[in-house]
Amino acid sequence: MSLREITYVEALNEALREEMRRDSSVVVFGEEVALAGGVYKVTKDLLKEFGPSRVMDTPISEIAIVGAAIGAALNGLRPVAELMFFDFAGIAFDQIVTHASKMRFTSGGQVKLPLVIRTQYSLGRSYGSQHTQFLAASFMQAPGLKIVLPSTPYDAKGLLKSAIRDDDPVLFIESGALYVNKNYYGYKGHVPEEEYLVPIGKADVKVEGEDATVVALSRTVSEAVAAAKQLNELGLKPEVVDLRTIQPMDYETVVRSVKKTNRLVVVEDSVKTCGVSAEVAAYVCEYAFDALESPVIRLNSPPMPAPQSQPLERQYMVSAEKIVEAVKSLCL
Amino acid sequence: MTQSQQLTGEKLLRVFRKMVELRFFEERVERLYREGKITGPTHLYIGQEAVAVGVVEALDENDLIISTYRGHGHGLARGVPMEAVLGEILGRAVGTCKGLGGSMHAPICVEKKIPLATAIVGSGLPIAAGAALGFKLRGERNLAAVFFGDGAVNTGAFHEALNLASVWRLPVLFICENNLYAMTTSLTKTFAGESIAARASCYGIRALHVNGNDVVEVYEATSLASRYIKEGHGPFFLECRTYRQKGHGGYDLGTWYRPKEEIEEWLAKDPVEVLYRRLLSEGLISEQDRKRIEAEVLKTLEEVVDNVLASPLADFSILLDLVYASKV
Repeated sequence: MSLREITYVEALNEALREEMRRDSSVVVFGEEVALAGGVYKVTKDLLKEFGPSRVMDTPISEIAIVGAAIGAALNGLRPVAELMFFDFAGIAFDQIVTHASKMRFTSGGQVKLPLVIRTQYSLGRSYGSQHTQFLAASFMQAPGLKIVLPSTPYDAKGLLKSAIRDDDPVLFIESGALYVNKNYYGYKGHVPEEEYLVPIGKADVKVEGEDATVVALSRTVSEAVAAAKQLNELGLKPEVVDLRTIQPMDYETVVRSVKKTNRLVVVEDSVKTCGVSAEVAAYVCEYAFDALESPVIRLNSPPMPAPQSQPLERQYMVSAEKIVEAVKSLCL
Repeated sequence: MTQSQQLTGEKLLRVFRKMVELRFFEERVERLYREGKITGPTHLYIGQEAVAVGVVEALDENDLIISTYRGHGHGLARGVPMEAVLGEILGRAVGTCKGLGGSMHAPICVEKKIPLATAIVGSGLPIAAGAALGFKLRGERNLAAVFFGDGAVNTGAFHEALNLASVWRLPVLFICENNLYAMTTSLTKTFAGESIAARASCYGIRALHVNGNDVVEVYEATSLASRYIKEGHGPFFLECRTYRQKGHGGYDLGTWYRPKEEIEEWLAKDPVEVLYRRLLSEGLISEQDRKRIEAEVLKTLEEVVDNVLASPLADFSILLDLVYASKV
């Protein structure tokens, strides 16, 4: 019997459906999530199954969407609020960073906030500078948030289920490119029929290897896995580590891999300055310097906004080819 | 209006004592601030007591309250112990938030159903809408009451929250404490439109403006609003017109930007005195009674101050464990 394969979008939809069936306090709201089932169909048919009191379309009011999620979490619900594009998180920055992340600490531990903010960044879909930003690193400066980025259908389902059950606010960042681009490793994959969870806070070795460690996250995992295949043909075996959670970050898995391979490339869909890749590189240099046989390479976008034109956007993005070149430069 | 919805007799006397507690507490906080015993921002509630006491008196104990950085009075009115509120203001372990929040978060007390006091103007309103959603989905006859100042009505959060609460018919009571100034800037320079209550009614929300210095009027308006909300009609908005007798924060004496005549006019409408005169005229209190009540409140307050000042800080080593509810 062949293993069941479903898409990234279908996996997310299953996670929502299963958790809503399991726990009546789980509610879903956001722009276009109910009647339309989500612009990308992640919330497809939830309205039909769970009704309008648990699946709600909102006005275009990002402050109110996240604010309402916080209030709902303070009063016994487990809201899953959607921000249609990661860029829109900027509108709700106060609610996410200044409220959600600090509320438990500021109350001296009195309150807990079991809420999930689902969003996606669309680099790779030709959406231009205001709909493609990968802002994950900005939110890493807010202890109290957990930040999760699934790169495959299996992780998407297991991590979303864990995020919904978690008692802390989780910023759940999906990749719009993985919703639609069939060429990506993370577009479709094996997802068991039976229930499982993927723990928050654990990185995952997607490809085992020994010559160099490639740390990636979200969409760039697909590029790294494709690069590993090309490198195999050249006789090189890179290890691909998918961070999966960046707050809290699983540094141990990264360091363990670097101690094995002694070389590190970190890949991310944002500019290089102060990115997630900078954090990983700094950590390894600070705590595992002796394991390195060569300087760390960070592969990011150039220091400019994303161009809209698709051919230009492709050049702007981190690609398997760029990863191949980086690993070759370290190993050959 | 039924008897239970009126403030009369013993109930009114209890309310008077509560207002004296809030007043004396804040006057003592101001002194502690001037003595350099309080660090950081300290926003006093003096002059606005009738709003907190009138609203809280009319609410059910299971209704949620979302407070603000000018919230000491909200907490005390709700019955959060003086020791816990003052402890928070003085950064002690006995504080509501173990001293991690400070004055601007001092009323937070989950046991008394105050899960949040925000230090960001306007940000509490959408959170109250979400809290109300919890009541609505469970079919509970409760509401979420959110306090905010006149400064909040020009934030995006205000407009998004009013609109969402109205389209979703959420059980939210919006309480604007209009004290005429956002920090030192007069509302006349920042507000376009007829009135704050009128602005709220643009969102299809029932809105009233009331004399925020008359606790009986605030109580009656809140009772009316609460009934309306709990009958399932959606949110209600109260604009309580009042005055901040002191400055914006401890550092501000509140004098240079406000006309002397205006200050005097509002001092003549002091909410504690308004209530006292009513009690006198109804024969419910004598000058002696007042002196006795004030002496009792002061005695308790001084004991609380001594106890809190002598109490320890939270140990720094516990802080890191308060960031997350579930560790990874």
